[in-house]
Amino acid sequence: MAAILQAVGATTALSSTNSFDSKRLRFSSRRSLSVGKGNFFVVRSDGRSNGCYPRDRRAGQLVTNAVATKADSSTASTASKPGHELLLFEALREGLEEEMDRDPSVCVMGEDVGHYGGSYKVTRDLAEKYGDLRVLDTPIAENSFTGMAIGAAMTGLRPIIEGMNMGFLLLAFNQISNNCGMLHYTSGGQFKIPVVIRGPGGVGRQLGAEHSQRLESYFQSIPGIQMVACSTPYNAKGLMKAAIRSENPVILFEHVLLYNLKERIPDEEYVLNLEEAEMVRPGEHVTILTYSRMRYHVMQAAKTLVNKGYDPEVIDIRSLKPFDLHTIGNSVKKTHRVLIVEECMRTGGIGASLTAAISENFHDYLDAPIVCLSSQDVPTPYAGTLEEVTVVQPAQIVAAVEQLCQ
Amino acid sequence: MSCAFATIQSLPLTPENHSINPLKTSSPFLGFTRHLRLNPLDNNKSPSASIRRRQSSVVAVSDVVKEKKLKSNSSLSNLLITKEEGLELYEDMVLGRTFEDMCAQMYYRGRMFGFVHLYNGQEAVSTGFIKLLRKEDCVVSTYRDHVHALSKGVPARQVMSELFGKTTGCCRGQGGSMHMFSKEFNVLGGFAFIGEGIPVATGAAFTSKYRREVLKEADSDHVTLAFFGDGTCNNGQFFECLNMAALWKLPIVFVVENNLWAIGMSHLRATSDPEIWKKGPAFGMPGVHVDGMDVLKVREVAVEAVARARRGDGPTLVECETYRFRGHSLADPDELRDPAEKAHYATRDPIAALKNYMIENKLVNEAELKAIDKKIDEVIEDSVEFADASPLPPRSQLLENVFADPKGFGIGPDGRYRCEDPKFTEGTAHV
Repeated sequence: MAAILQAVGATTALSSTNSFDSKRLRFSSRRSLSVGKGNFFVVRSDGRSNGCYPRDRRAGQLVTNAVATKADSSTASTASKPGHELLLFEALREGLEEEMDRDPSVCVMGEDVGHYGGSYKVTRDLAEKYGDLRVLDTPIAENSFTGMAIGAAMTGLRPIIEGMNMGFLLLAFNQISNNCGMLHYTSGGQFKIPVVIRGPGGVGRQLGAEHSQRLESYFQSIPGIQMVACSTPYNAKGLMKAAIRSENPVILFEHVLLYNLKERIPDEEYVLNLEEAEMVRPGEHVTILTYSRMRYHVMQAAKTLVNKGYDPEVIDIRSLKPFDLHTIGNSVKKTHRVLIVEECMRTGGIGASLTAAISENFHDYLDAPIVCLSSQDVPTPYAGTLEEVTVVQPAQIVAAVEQLCQ
Repeated sequence: MSCAFATIQSLPLTPENHSINPLKTSSPFLGFTRHLRLNPLDNNKSPSASIRRRQSSVVAVSDVVKEKKLKSNSSLSNLLITKEEGLELYEDMVLGRTFEDMCAQMYYRGRMFGFVHLYNGQEAVSTGFIKLLRKEDCVVSTYRDHVHALSKGVPARQVMSELFGKTTGCCRGQGGSMHMFSKEFNVLGGFAFIGEGIPVATGAAFTSKYRREVLKEADSDHVTLAFFGDGTCNNGQFFECLNMAALWKLPIVFVVENNLWAIGMSHLRATSDPEIWKKGPAFGMPGVHVDGMDVLKVREVAVEAVARARRGDGPTLVECETYRFRGHSLADPDELRDPAEKAHYATRDPIAALKNYMIENKLVNEAELKAIDKKIDEVIEDSVEFADASPLPPRSQLLENVFADPKGFGIGPDGRYRCEDPKFTEGTAHV
């Protein structure tokens, strides 16, 4: 495996609009979320949380800021706000640490997770706290240490497997498909595999083709696993905790470019629901379904769209397998137009499956064919100019919405 | 008939013997493949590879045992087993053999399907190792796993039912021949792809160490055995796990059942250095070569290897030279193996060898062994009857074990979890 670039170097800021405006997010009804449906926060980009303000008051008004901007608050004002501010990789670590404190059978295995602290610092200092066996530095043998984690899970532990880059887990496909996904079934339900497989994937900044893969499209057919993708510090921590507590094998997809997102998250403990989608911005005209990094391209495009008079509804699907057909369906029934924006390749990606699922379930509610914007079926080039055009850019999203809403 | 037990104090364990005629020794390893079907067995020719193999020394045999072997008289106190142990070993091997023979019958009568891989001839390895284990020790095997499950204690009824695809099988009929699992007896599979069980075994051993060192369970010393074949020893997962197990001193024993053939691929044609036991020291663990057709020799080595693992001294690689009397699977016409090779190994049948040993050393008499044979026949007949009478899995079973937590099927358009839909419990929902 080629050396991973240092986290700091690789995750340069997307744009000035990539961090949440901490001032604007207010969680008035913050409660400890149990893993039950309907308990997710509706986080609106202008800072309101669900139930606080009736929607119709703002109808017809131009929302000047459809996407959260960088925090411009002074330190004095942040001190009085509830919650604490941290970066996405710190949120992941916080979730991980809380779960490791809570349950001694939770352990971490992966390359450079221990002494090095993780190539993206998600496990920084954990080895010092919990020891070298509980935060295990493995040799470079993905297939075998993934299988080892599965064997440990079968015999009572709850390992978290880190792929230094999700692409490396291609070498672990044997174990992930055959043992992780299927073993509960072929053993007639005798053995459960409560593992979490996590790591950074997606297209970064000129990392080259092999370090820029989107493995969610390859893993989605494996029966018996769940896949979630985090996109904000808030949902990163919540999904990490939910994944660890789940009895099912869960693959948690992080993104190389999102690790330095900053957000203010609650001090109280919270666990999100693995199977639910997240309403990012309610709207009326079109449903935009997205996940991971593309959420930010969508929100950037939404700013432009709002200025042009459109009202897009943006949903971060979060659960890549299974899809939250309830949230998605309700949205489709309201707007009748669907745009999917994803980073997977055109062929066989999450978008392709989502298109099929929506067509199957909500065909009657559609006023137009589903439009799916995906990355091109091209090995991600190193050159920045070429890399930029392999993934979906906000301008394309704006154009697609305009065409869809004609 | 050349019987391994008759000359217990001689070869193959002493390193000094350099010029051996393979046929005259007690347990020759003959690489017949060079001659295949072209030349009949030539008594004077001795393939050099197999000669070099003869010099392997058993590394971890205890001194007590070595001393016993030097004494030439076979008084009872010098025997390697007691009568009770002998009967237990005999019964287990006969159970394995009779079960596998019944499988063949049932397969050809259309009661079981798919790929069925039988263990005939290799019983000494399974019995020699597994009978030493405790219930909480783990066994991981390959697709040739019926006998490993039986030796570990899984009732023959459950294994036979599983093979018939019935809901009373150990895996509810969902696994089949290649996926024998038992939580109660700690049989962790049953894997169809070679090599993929070895990391799982390494993980089970990791749990044992984790329990002791992290969870502070002082009595956690359970051992894991990983069984696999010669073909697997050229696979990456094998080497990766040898490395990790030695690195972390995991309580595992890697047992290679070298039966010389991977379907139709001879071990010598696939492997640059066919002496698998040598690969152990390369990773920092002892490598032991043992005659896998001799249950007492296997057991001797197993005692030491298992004790080593339990003590926390780390893994051992044990290469058991053995042979399968039948083809790779019931679908294999088995045309490539030299009939002379098969005939030769048939004379080294481990069950016959143990029987002779016990009778010659006056541990048991014929009648006692015949009683065991009869008892096992009845057990097997009963298992077939049970399997026959058992119900097939109903449709409602289809979706039950896909997820440990069925919320994993997701939320449906109506807002409810899909698993709450009655079609799920009926098995008719489409996922």
